[in-house]
Amino acid sequence: MNLKLRVWRQDNAEEAGGFEEYEALDISPDMSFLEMLDVVNEDIIADGEEPIAFDSDCREGICGTCSMVINGVPHGGQQGTTACQLHMRHFSDGDTIVIEPWRATAFPVHRDLIVDRTSFERIQQAGGFISVRTGSVPDANATPVPKEDSDLAMDAAQCIGCGACVAACKNASAMLFVAAKVSHLSLMPQGQPERTRRAFSMVNQMDEEGFGNCTVTGSCEAVCPKEISLDFIARMNREYGRALLKKGCS
Amino acid sequence: MATKKKKNIPKAKAVKKTSRRSKLILDSKIPDGPIAEKWDKHRFNLKLVNPANKRKYEVIVVGSGLAGASAAASLGELGYNVKCFCYQDSPRRAHSIAAQGGINAAKNYQNDGDSAYRLFYDTVKGGDYRSREANVYRLAQVSVDIIDQCAAQGVPFAREYGGLLANRSFGGAQVSRTFYARGQTGQQLLLGAYSSLNRQISLGKVEMHTRSEMLDVVIVDGHAKGIVVRNMITGEISRHSAHAVVLATGGYGNVFFLSTNAMGCNVTAAYRAYKRGACFANPCFTQIHPTCIPVSGDHQSKLTLMSESLRNDGRVWVPKDKKIAEKIRKGEVKPNDIADKDRDYFLERKYPSFGNLVPRDVASRNAKEVCDEGRSVVSSGLGVYLDFADAIKRMGENTVRERYGNLFDMYEKITGSNAYQNPMTIYPAVHYTMGGLWVDYNLMSNLPGLFAIGEANFSDHGANRLGASALMQGLADGYFVLPYTIGQYLAENGIDNRPSIDDTAFSNVQEQVESRIDTLLTINGERTPTSFHRELGKVMWDKCGMARNKKGLEEALRKIPKLRKEFWQNLSVPGENAALNQSLEHAGRVADFLEFGELMCRDALQREESCGGHFREEHQTPEGEAKRNDDNFSYVSAWEHKGEKKIPQLHKESLVYDEVKMTQRSYK
Ligand SMILES: Cc1cc2nc3c(=O)[nH]c(=O)nc-3n(C[C@H](O)[C@H](O)[C@H](O)COP(=O)(O)OP(=O)(O)OC[C@H]3O[C@@H](n4cnc5c(N)ncnc54)[C@H](O)[C@@H]3O)c2cc1C
Ligand code: SF4
Ligand code: FES
Repeated sequence: MNLKLRVWRQDNAEEAGGFEEYEALDISPDMSFLEMLDVVNEDIIADGEEPIAFDSDCREGICGTCSMVINGVPHGGQQGTTACQLHMRHFSDGDTIVIEPWRATAFPVHRDLIVDRTSFERIQQAGGFISVRTGSVPDANATPVPKEDSDLAMDAAQCIGCGACVAACKNASAMLFVAAKVSHLSLMPQGQPERTRRAFSMVNQMDEEGFGNCTVTGSCEAVCPKEISLDFIARMNREYGRALLKKGCS
Repeated sequence: MATKKKKNIPKAKAVKKTSRRSKLILDSKIPDGPIAEKWDKHRFNLKLVNPANKRKYEVIVVGSGLAGASAAASLGELGYNVKCFCYQDSPRRAHSIAAQGGINAAKNYQNDGDSAYRLFYDTVKGGDYRSREANVYRLAQVSVDIIDQCAAQGVPFAREYGGLLANRSFGGAQVSRTFYARGQTGQQLLLGAYSSLNRQISLGKVEMHTRSEMLDVVIVDGHAKGIVVRNMITGEISRHSAHAVVLATGGYGNVFFLSTNAMGCNVTAAYRAYKRGACFANPCFTQIHPTCIPVSGDHQSKLTLMSESLRNDGRVWVPKDKKIAEKIRKGEVKPNDIADKDRDYFLERKYPSFGNLVPRDVASRNAKEVCDEGRSVVSSGLGVYLDFADAIKRMGENTVRERYGNLFDMYEKITGSNAYQNPMTIYPAVHYTMGGLWVDYNLMSNLPGLFAIGEANFSDHGANRLGASALMQGLADGYFVLPYTIGQYLAENGIDNRPSIDDTAFSNVQEQVESRIDTLLTINGERTPTSFHRELGKVMWDKCGMARNKKGLEEALRKIPKLRKEFWQNLSVPGENAALNQSLEHAGRVADFLEFGELMCRDALQREESCGGHFREEHQTPEGEAKRNDDNFSYVSAWEHKGEKKIPQLHKESLVYDEVKMTQRSYK
């Protein structure tokens, strides 16, 4: 099939960017979306131009590196699918496809479709851990964990940190991501001792990074490639409220 | 710039520069004593760094996968100042994240007779007697600590209803010793290590450099003392000095272009270390995984693994008759229309006792064989069926869905085909590299001060790795081995032993790095880095892949230098260095693969035997199975770089088996 692409090109965070048009010719339905871009890039290089810069690594939906808005939807709108797992059989001959980077103040553009997500790093450094020293831990089976809790923690822990939730949100809120992180650890018995501190520090860091407020529109859940549930946001709000109360008392 | 303090190396040391090259002795430093006591005794004998002095030592860790993240976190926690580097935008995205199946540990939680000794035994045997007994025993010993550590970090492992940890048996093991977190074990273990790393970052003990690619290592007076790094956003080249350098840079499967590795996986860090004097061990030992989704066309950029567990219930087959296979390839007949009597369930036929569960290398080679005979069932000529029709008949579609639903979904996403209705098509793909930098028992290379951990070293898997053992090794190295052994080197060499980044050794390496980048950018030829990479990959796969022979390897050894020559004359890399430039990044990696591929073929050529993942067609039993030659080849081949255009020198570390009796594997 033959397609038209409208792709966001931008040299770096300082320069203004804009759309450029490209033709993607002879595209096979078996190609992945990123392979289609590879093919277009090979042609661009052959013409002596610089290829479209986009992030990817695992190309199987687990590393969370790929990040692009396809026809207005982060990751392209197939349920539970990252951009790298999207295949061209979902498009038709003659389509025009618009491709843009994540857009959010807290995710400045590095180049073209590549953004800076280090704000996510700082949120996790603020408290997304359980303080244990290497080697000085009890036997793993000394602390039984109810299967339901562990399964629910795993539901949250599956988040790949891609940032699609932020890109989809009209307020550019990072609530779903932070909620997934906070919930994972607060659901595990090992995470209890630092539960208060963790929720407090991570939420405060999120605010400092310039992410917007959550007004529970649910667009994050709809685009999340790991189908992280909005319920975790409610859970985090409870965690944060609890943390505030505890802080107030002490 | 990288460092603040300037400290000069004592002058006296600067004299003895050349001696190392001429007379290289590989000392594995295996401690004496009974195998079960070696590690404890060794730990006791290792020098300790005075706690108050630890903060005066700088350690560089390149890589943030399971090995690198666990090492950086543990070293920071011990008090060292650590700088950690990775090429992704977050340490959590290292390729370890993609591991699906699980991690082994000799916990014996299932009370089924497992022990450190049994895990040791299985690993040595599985590695086809080409790994070091002492290292493997230690790996099995510390495996139990890994699970405790990860559980304490909050890793949501699979649990039983009683709240205890669940296990599964993996890759034909007779005991249930594999721990897992759904189909995302690597992800969850890495997030655990990453959280410990984050804690040390927040405490200021680890300085994290993301989107930073190490392009060379700096050697001062024969010791590894730093690295040169390119900032992948700005192109800035920086120097970093340290008391010791740890490489945790993963495997080199992407030398084949197509593999299950992530796009960015590369050999650059390890290969640059090799060119500076570190020996590269067993480069030809690569693992091919039998159950991957076949290549769908020339556009293919990487391959996707389907979990090994599928072979528990799926049946592998191709038509008996070549003509029928051809009709299938043309789409004239459907697999479900082919009568049972016309099908060849070739694994069940050839290996009646193991059937579809034969080890990875055997399953892979047999798939290749039937495709070579013209009986492939996909249009590219490279694919066989993995059929669940009988399993569905036997257990019902729901049970199959419960067991494998997520894999069937993944398969459908990629191929558009429903595996409940039609058989899956699969083909082997490059998956893991057992070879790597040569290291001694302390995980230090022959270059003092240069350590290698995780998939980047060669140490524990011999000629074939068992399923669920790479995650174990990465974390064993990073949490429980390196943090101790590195202390010995640091204590021996002292605090003053860190050169300034103004040392000429650093400026020389930086100049070389910059001039190489300039060259890549100014060839102004016609071909893209990808086109060279793809061509190299094809040579490697055809001549140094699942089956190898003398003629083919010699042909590859002629082809690769030619291709490399063309690369340096006809490469096209648009753009500049001083910006984010993905073509430039790729070009640098392909340049190293183009040299490294030759080393692999050389290694495969000298190893005149078949063992594990290395199958030399000349060396097989009458039944077509791998035939080892223990008398002449029970050694580690360690290659030493002797200069550009010179043939590298082969050193041999003999392997001695005191505990495990060497036998020929048989799966009939
Ligand atoms: C699809 C798949 C599934 C797997 N499943 C399993 C499984 O179920 N069980 C199991 O035990 N094993 C499995 N393996 C193998 C296992 O995942 C790997 O061997 C292991 O995770 C490697 O860890 P590592 O820390 O050594 O390297 P990696 O995780 O690959 O990390 C390498 C690090 O080095 C960095 N790096 C590399 N080069 C440079 C450079 N030049 N400059 C700066 N940084 C650099 C990268 O940024 C990265 O941080 C699987 C592998 C694959 C491909
Ligand atoms: S919550 Fe979902 S969309 Fe947001 S970062 Fe995690 S995986 Fe991505
Ligand atoms: S590239 Fe890893 S999730 Fe898409």
